[in-house]
Amino acid sequence: MTDISDRGYVNDEVLVSTEWVATHLHDPNVRIIESNEDQLLYKSGHIRNAVEVDWVRDLNDQVVRDYLNRAQFSELASRIGISRDTTVVFYGDKNNWWACYAFWVFQLFGHTNAKVMDGGRLKWEREGRELTRDIPAISTTDYSSPERNDIVDRVFRDGVLKHIEGRGQLVDVRSPEEYSGERLHMPDYPNEGALRGGHIPGARSVPWARAIHPEDGTFLSAEKLKQIYLVEQKLDPKQPTVAYCRIGERSSHTWFVLKYLLGFDDVKNYDGSWTEWGNLVGVPVEK
Amino acid sequence: MDELPHKLRDLLEELRSVDSDTRGEILIELADTFTSVPPEVATPPYPAESRVPGCESEVFAFATNRSDGSRDYHFAVQNPQGISAKAMAAIIQQTLNGEPLSTIQALPQDIAYEIFGRTLSMGKGQGLMSMIGMVKALAAK
Repeated sequence: MTDISDRGYVNDEVLVSTEWVATHLHDPNVRIIESNEDQLLYKSGHIRNAVEVDWVRDLNDQVVRDYLNRAQFSELASRIGISRDTTVVFYGDKNNWWACYAFWVFQLFGHTNAKVMDGGRLKWEREGRELTRDIPAISTTDYSSPERNDIVDRVFRDGVLKHIEGRGQLVDVRSPEEYSGERLHMPDYPNEGALRGGHIPGARSVPWARAIHPEDGTFLSAEKLKQIYLVEQKLDPKQPTVAYCRIGERSSHTWFVLKYLLGFDDVKNYDGSWTEWGNLVGVPVEK
Repeated sequence: MDELPHKLRDLLEELRSVDSDTRGEILIELADTFTSVPPEVATPPYPAESRVPGCESEVFAFATNRSDGSRDYHFAVQNPQGISAKAMAAIIQQTLNGEPLSTIQALPQDIAYEIFGRTLSMGKGQGLMSMIGMVKALAAK
């Protein structure tokens, strides 16, 4: 695997290697954060001194379908012992799918000193690196978050409607079966959550996992990513772009690729995604 | 609940009585006890018809007969990160092996949520329920 700095990314500082993480396990200015779909994985073994941020329990409001508010995020950040200056490094299962989701939520609160460990848990494990069940002793902090900013990296349904009226770029990162409307969820997942199948008009179909090497979960080089998104799909990095999936988690991964690795000027994640769009009355759907 | 095998009922009662952290520890301890299908029962590559549908951890399920007519259930979990699948396999082996086939066939599939908790993601829930479904199918054969 080529070094991250040799892969031609526009913003390569958002990615760190497993080797980098291994040398910063005890760095007081770095907090390693594991974020998984499988709730047992962290407890079964994690990178030494890593804390867990669970996408359901820690990032979402427990009543309203929305993310944490300022006070809740401040509480989370204080609990995991970070300050505004701490470098947070996310990693997780599913080729960093949930890690990118957590990274995205942290960006809504302006914690820009954030990185993703290339390859995630899969690569760390395949390299035979240490996993521990020791829960780190964390000194809580007094983190004061700014208000959540939903303007830069997030878009709501009305924004998507305006976006498609203006023939803006959309990337549907779900499986081809979901894009075509054949299924309402990815293969091997239950067919539920939306009343209509298909995609938002004009959306290009680029399943999120095309951006990684499946054997170790690392991101493709910029050249290969450009081949997919720019050449094959004819996306213009200068034009506003919206990524979506089913609930906004897979599209966080693509948002990360487009915004940081390829340097798109304006990329937003539509977290309402198909569970909202596929249930809305009267919105256009394409099959 | 009363119709559940007593070992499974006892486990569910224990899981209900603890907080989510302790539940996780119990499930991980169970996953640690998981033993893969013995080679005298099946060896890789496992047949497609033995694959648990809808389970992303690539789980294969098998059954062997006991002399009393009941069955033992065996699993192979191909995904090394499939910790929840291993926990579920271990639970099935420790609480359902040797139980009457009619009892197995009457199991509610959503027992997976009773075991792992209601915060189980939809994807994980589907896979774990499918493991129960596969055991029920094996008992019905």
